[in-house]
Formats: sequence, structure tokens, C-alpha cells
Amino acid sequence: MERSKRFDLLAKRDINKETYVEPWSEAGLIVADSPYDPQPSIKIAAGCVLEMDGRSRADFDALDIFIASQALDLEIAQEAMALPSKEYARMLADINVPRADIARLIAGCTPAKLTEIVRHMNVLEMMMGLAKMRIRRTPANQAHVTNWREHPALLAADAAEAALRGFAEVETTVRVARFAPFNALAILVGTQTGRGGVLTQCSVEEALGLRLAMKGLTSYAETLSVYGTEKTFVDGDDTPWSKAFLASAYASRGVKIRFTSGTGSEALMGRAEQKSMLYLEARCLLVVKGAGSQGVQNGSISCIALPEALPGGVRAVLAENLLASMLGLEVAAGNDALASHSSIRKTAKLMLQFIPGADFIFSGYSAIPKRDNLFGGGNFDAEDFDDYNVLQRDMQIDGGLRPITEAEALSIRRKGARAIQAVYRELGLPAISDEEIDAATVAHGSDDMPARDIVPDLEAADAFMAGGDDFVAVIRALQKTGFANVADNILEMGRQRIAADYLQPSAIFDADFKVQSAINDGNDYLGPGSGYRPEGRRWREMQAIPQAKSPEGFVDPHIGQPLSRLVEVGPAAVGTTREVVLALGPAFGCALATTIGGFDHEDVLEAILGGVAAEGMIARIVRVYHSSDCAAIGYVGARLSGSGIGIGLQSRGTAVIHQKDLAPLNNLELFPQSPSLTLQTYQAIGRNAARYAMGVPTVPVAVEIDNGARLRLIVKTALLHRRETDEVCPERPPQELRFDWEPES
Amino acid sequence: MKEALSEYPLRDSASASLLTHSGRSLSDITAESIAAGALTGDDLRTHADTLRRQAKIARAGGYPQLAANLLRAAELTDVPNEELLKIYELLRPERASYDELARLADYLEETYGARENAAFIRDAATIYRERSLLRR
Repeated sequence: MERSKRFDLLAKRDINKETYVEPWSEAGLIVADSPYDPQPSIKIAAGCVLEMDGRSRADFDALDIFIASQALDLEIAQEAMALPSKEYARMLADINVPRADIARLIAGCTPAKLTEIVRHMNVLEMMMGLAKMRIRRTPANQAHVTNWREHPALLAADAAEAALRGFAEVETTVRVARFAPFNALAILVGTQTGRGGVLTQCSVEEALGLRLAMKGLTSYAETLSVYGTEKTFVDGDDTPWSKAFLASAYASRGVKIRFTSGTGSEALMGRAEQKSMLYLEARCLLVVKGAGSQGVQNGSISCIALPEALPGGVRAVLAENLLASMLGLEVAAGNDALASHSSIRKTAKLMLQFIPGADFIFSGYSAIPKRDNLFGGGNFDAEDFDDYNVLQRDMQIDGGLRPITEAEALSIRRKGARAIQAVYRELGLPAISDEEIDAATVAHGSDDMPARDIVPDLEAADAFMAGGDDFVAVIRALQKTGFANVADNILEMGRQRIAADYLQPSAIFDADFKVQSAINDGNDYLGPGSGYRPEGRRWREMQAIPQAKSPEGFVDPHIGQPLSRLVEVGPAAVGTTREVVLALGPAFGCALATTIGGFDHEDVLEAILGGVAAEGMIARIVRVYHSSDCAAIGYVGARLSGSGIGIGLQSRGTAVIHQKDLAPLNNLELFPQSPSLTLQTYQAIGRNAARYAMGVPTVPVAVEIDNGARLRLIVKTALLHRRETDEVCPERPPQELRFDWEPES
Repeated sequence: MKEALSEYPLRDSASASLLTHSGRSLSDITAESIAAGALTGDDLRTHADTLRRQAKIARAGGYPQLAANLLRAAELTDVPNEELLKIYELLRPERASYDELARLADYLEETYGARENAAFIRDAATIYRERSLLRR
């Protein structure tokens, strides 16, 4: 078969490294509408659910029983189920309907009903719904901080930087489970160095996670996984009751919890029971709510590639975020695991949560390089920090991050690493050397770190886990070693644990270490003029990326001494001989001294005049005052020229060859990409103008096409043009100039 | 009921009246007392009454299931760490017989006055029996 060069190129694109599959309902490979999904129904008698979604009580599985008894508000269920699903969908998209009105009714909706509601919605409507139904008014973000070396100094440094960058939560995990207490300790110390009040967790097996929390090493846990079918749930070695008990156990120790669900897990575990991913997720979410979890991490999480392999998958992931928020759950909205090879696709998907805002837009932005991510690769990584900050600045959308300078990063990383070094020393853990601190300060990832002797580290971790030291010992160690403010921050986390305010829905701590949750920062979005929008201090902070320069900085390098060799001699007259007239912009060689490409104006003049002279032609120079427009300048040159040929030259270097009989905006040759013009080009322009003046056949000057030039230089172009326009004198006629120059013989 | 919301956050409104699990006042939890070695982990744990107050706030805020969870949590504040882990383990699938779960519920109720947890575990036992989730 013939091979298309274009298809060959397309085949190599990142988007074609992905897997795509056609839906197959029988295997659960269907995102939102399996023909086997049940129809919504409910029958209630004497405070008991007799039928739900077409299934009678006798056929209920454990999830149905749990949902019917723990999650559904039976007082409202009849009314809620009677309202048409499309009506709910319209209310969700309608800015005039407050979230509380919808939430009241949603409390009585069954899984099939919830699924049917969101099936009516396109992604734009779902985004409107999420903007309104998200329970916390202020959006936030969570970071993942891990490294494959499990190096404590690097973990602490990265956690400190993540905290400084604005993440409200930082999650770590382990490669070797025995490292759990040390990894939890490192990110606790690191985050509280960067900013007091960042919540931290270490994702490990449930019982181990609870032990870490009991030691005060973590302040939240989110890996309480739930599944949408009974068999998957049991394969996950839990029941809704055991998970609910675990939730209470955590809360009893003052630890925030969030469950984890997400589309695709049941299909991945081979037990989807022919149901759509979204219907199973609706069941998960009702289990989450029934268990009394304040929130959920969903958005497909580690299974994301599965819905993304199917049509409508990304829409379904947004739908599950929306469903959770409708149920009054805090939503950590996914965007964590590597979802695509394609930058276009992963960014497009992110917009569905980024634009409406979520309690946590990422349930783990990888604040480390992908290679160091022990959660299965980040969808956005440390390499994307600047991109992310620019997205916030572009759209005036608060994605929960702030730009920081290199100096700030280095300083906080060193402090975080030194703090964990001090804690290790005080607690008698294997020493962290100054060389390791230096490396962690400047490191991007594990590859930049020296290896540690893992055996004594693991032995120390085992002993620490088994021993009596907890976060009180950590606070004391920091106090003794001069890290008083880090100690104070961890102590305040302890006081907050006693007050337990952050167990309320969607709680984080703000920049002033004040709790911010759905209770005191409830979402009040009702369309334009309401809800959260970044303003004032926060918007200024988002704008202030270190890459942004002052406007003056663009023009200053182009200001220099006026050319002493270029002297004005009087009003310019129309020539009578065969000549080329070189017409200059009003700032050329006086207010401005170099082109955008960095060439001195006098070198440019010499190049053009040299080109004219090389063809045996003479040139006159005039300055145009009434306009700064390139075509207008060139047209004046042409009309003053005895041959009718003129060259227009702006101060920034843009040039045109004009002819007096052409329309003003027409031309013989135009050189709009001034940054690409070299002195050789200017000489060729002079040569061609001379040849036009002589009336001999002329090949247009070849110019390199650089489509990126406009992108890079448009601000400078605009500001240099503005500077030239400042010199315009509308009434002043063109002036003859003398340039002290002789062609080389 | 809504007046519960005006108490929130307790850290600001009720600092003076909040107790730690060990019975100290929150205002005793200072950098100095830590430095002096006067505090242990138990002094930085929440008190059952605080969780009950948070439960009230959650209920008033429209989060009844979270409120129920916080009430169960309040009952568990006195249950030692190792016991909590054991109870969780027993509630996992196919770990306990019906009678073991029933005895566990009684024990929690009698020892810790944990009525909500006891009822919750009794429910679980019944449903585990129905759904074959008890130990075989």
C-alpha cells in the first residue's frame, strides 16, 4: 500500500501512543450508559426501602443495603425520585438555582437516578454544575511528593517547596512499605517548614495508615478505597461497614479522611457486572456518603487510562466529580495519574476541573519529576509548574498554586532539609550529612541525590514505628535545634487536631493557618458577580510570575546615543534624477538606536546604502515625521524619489520597497519580520531597490520565515512601535538627511 | 440547631473550653510545656466532647452522615489504638463469625459506652450473615 507521509507523521504523534477501544457493555467497558444499567426507582414502606433501582429488598447486595440504610434521606426520597432527571440537569446548569435547593433533593436520589441526571448534561453544563455544587467556595490543590530513593532530605525539601508553592495538602507514599513512618515524617517536617497548616498524608495499607495517623505523623488519609460492586469491594478486602468504622477510627484521632473511588476500577478488577462505570461510581459515592466520609477522591484516579480509552470517557470523569459535589462531598478531582502521552489531551482534560474549580483540582499534582513519582507517574509534574502558573494567569483562574522565585525555592528547600536533618540527629536516626542537604537543596530529583545506606534506615524505621516517639518528640527535637517556627507549626497542627475543625467537609488551612471549610467558606456561586474569583492580593500574586518584565525593560536596550553622522539639513524635495530614496521612521537614529534584531541603526543604514551603491545607484535619505507606519514611510520615500522607488525603514527594522504608482498599502517587497532581517538582508534590500530604480529584472529578496518571531517579540514590537509613534509630528513635512558615509570602493 | 454553626471554628470561638483527650485545657498546650517534656501524644488528641460538638455543627451544616460518623468517632476516643485496629480487622470480610461480631458490639457498649458503634456493628453482623461475609 502507498504510504501517506502525513499519516506516517500522525502515527508517530503522542496521541497515537494511547490505546483506544470500542465499548463493550458486557465487560463494563462502557462509561455512562450500559443497556444493563437499571432504571431509577424507589419503594419505601415503614421507613424501609423495599425496592431500589428495580431491585427488590430480597435481591439487595451489601452495597444496596448500605446505601438504602445509611446514605438515602428517606424523608425526601419520594419527592426527589418523582422529579424528572432532566429537570435536575437543568437546575444544575441554571445559575439561578442555589446549590442548597439541589442538594436537599439529591439526598433522596438513588444511584440510577443520579446517573440518569448527569447523562442529560454536556461537559459545559457539568462545568457550570461543578462551579456551583463544589462545597468549598475557595478552590485548592494537592501535591504528590515522593522519590524513588525515598531520601528523607529530598522528601523534606520537595515538601517544603510544594508548601511554598501553595499546595494545601501533600501526599506521599512508599516504594518499600517499611519506609512509611520516615516518609510521613519527612513531608510533615518539610511542609510545616514551607507553610504552617498544610495537611499531609502517607498512602499505605489501611491499618498502617491508621498507625501513622495515631503517631501524629499524618493529618489526613484518603486511600480508603470503595468500589461499586459487592464482589469488587470484597476483593479490596473491605465492606462498607469496615470502611465506615475505619473512617470513625481516624476521626477519633482527629484525622481528616477522604475516601477514594473512581470510574474503571470495577472493570479493571473484572467485576463490573455489565454496568456502566458511571452507574457504579454513583453507587460508590453513596457508600462514601453513607459511611460519613466528608469527601472523596475520584476522577478515575489510577484507572484514568481506562475511561480515556473509551468514547466519552473524559466527560464521564467530569460527571463523577459533579456527582460527588452534588452529594455534598469534598472532591479531590483526579488529574493525578498519568492519563495521556499528549500534552494537548492532558491539558484539555484538566480544563474540565480547572475552569469550574474543585475542592482539590488535582488529587495529587506531581510536585516532583515523573521518574520520582511512586503513584504511577504524574499527569502534571514539577516540569509543568511554570505552565500551570501561566494558565492561572491567562484565565484569572485560581488553580491553587503561586509562582515562586528560584531564590525562595532554594532557601526553603535548604531549610526543610536541615530541619529533617536536625530531627534525625535528635531522635538518633541514621545521620543525614551536610552533603545530602546541599544536594537536596538544588536537586530536581533522586538522580541528583547521593545514595543512602538503606539497611540501617529501614532498621531505624522499624524501631521508630515500634517505639514510643511520636510527633511530640519531633516538635521537641525541632525546638532544641533552633527550628522554633517549624516546631510551632507542627504544634499548631496538634492544637487543630484537638479542636477538630478540619474534620468538617472540605477543610483546609489558609495562608494564615485558619481553617476554611464548607462550614465557614461554603460555595455561594450563583453566576456572574457571585462565588469565588481571584481578586486583590491573590490575583496580584498569581500575576507576578518571575518571568514577567516591566514594559520599560523591553524598550530600554534600544535607546542609545543619537547618530551624530546623521544630520537633518532641511525640508525634503522631490528628486529629479534616477535615485533611491531611503525614508526613515521618526525615531530612527535619534530616540531609538537599534533594531529589534539588535543591529545599530548606523550599521543598517550602511548596509542598505552599500547595497544601493553596489548596483551603481545613488540614494538619498529622508526622515518622515507625520507617520510611524512602515507603508506610509515607504510611500513617502517613493513619491520623493526621482525614480519613483523608495525604501521605508522603521526604527525597529521593518522595511518595505515601495513604488510611487502603487496604492499606499501595496508594495514591491515587504519585510515584516524585522527580527529575522540580517545586515545581508538589508544590503540585498538596497540592491533590489536600486535594480527596480534601474528598471532591470529583479528576484525578490529571500527571507527566512520564523513563525515564532511574532510570538517571542510581539510585546517588544508593540512597545518599540509605540516609542516611534511618540516621535510623530503630524504637521512636519519630511526632512532631508545627510549621512556621513562613503561606499567602500 | 443553626446556632451550632456560629461556634465554628471551635479553635477560635471555644479555645478556652476545649479539652484534650487527656483532660488538659487546650490553652495548656504550649511550646514551653512541650519543651519542658510535660506533654505526651495523648495531650495532643481530641476529646470526645469536641467531636460531639463538631457532629452538631456537621448536622446543622446539612451533613447528617458525617455527623453520625463523628458521633461514632467520639465514642472511639477512649478505645486504645491496638483495639481499634483489631476491631477494624474483625469487620473486614470473612474475618469474624456472627457471634464474634455480636460479642464485639456488647464489649464496646459495656466497656466504652459505645452505643452507636455497637448498633452499627450489630447491623453489620446481620448483613454479613445475609451476604455471606462472615468467616467460613
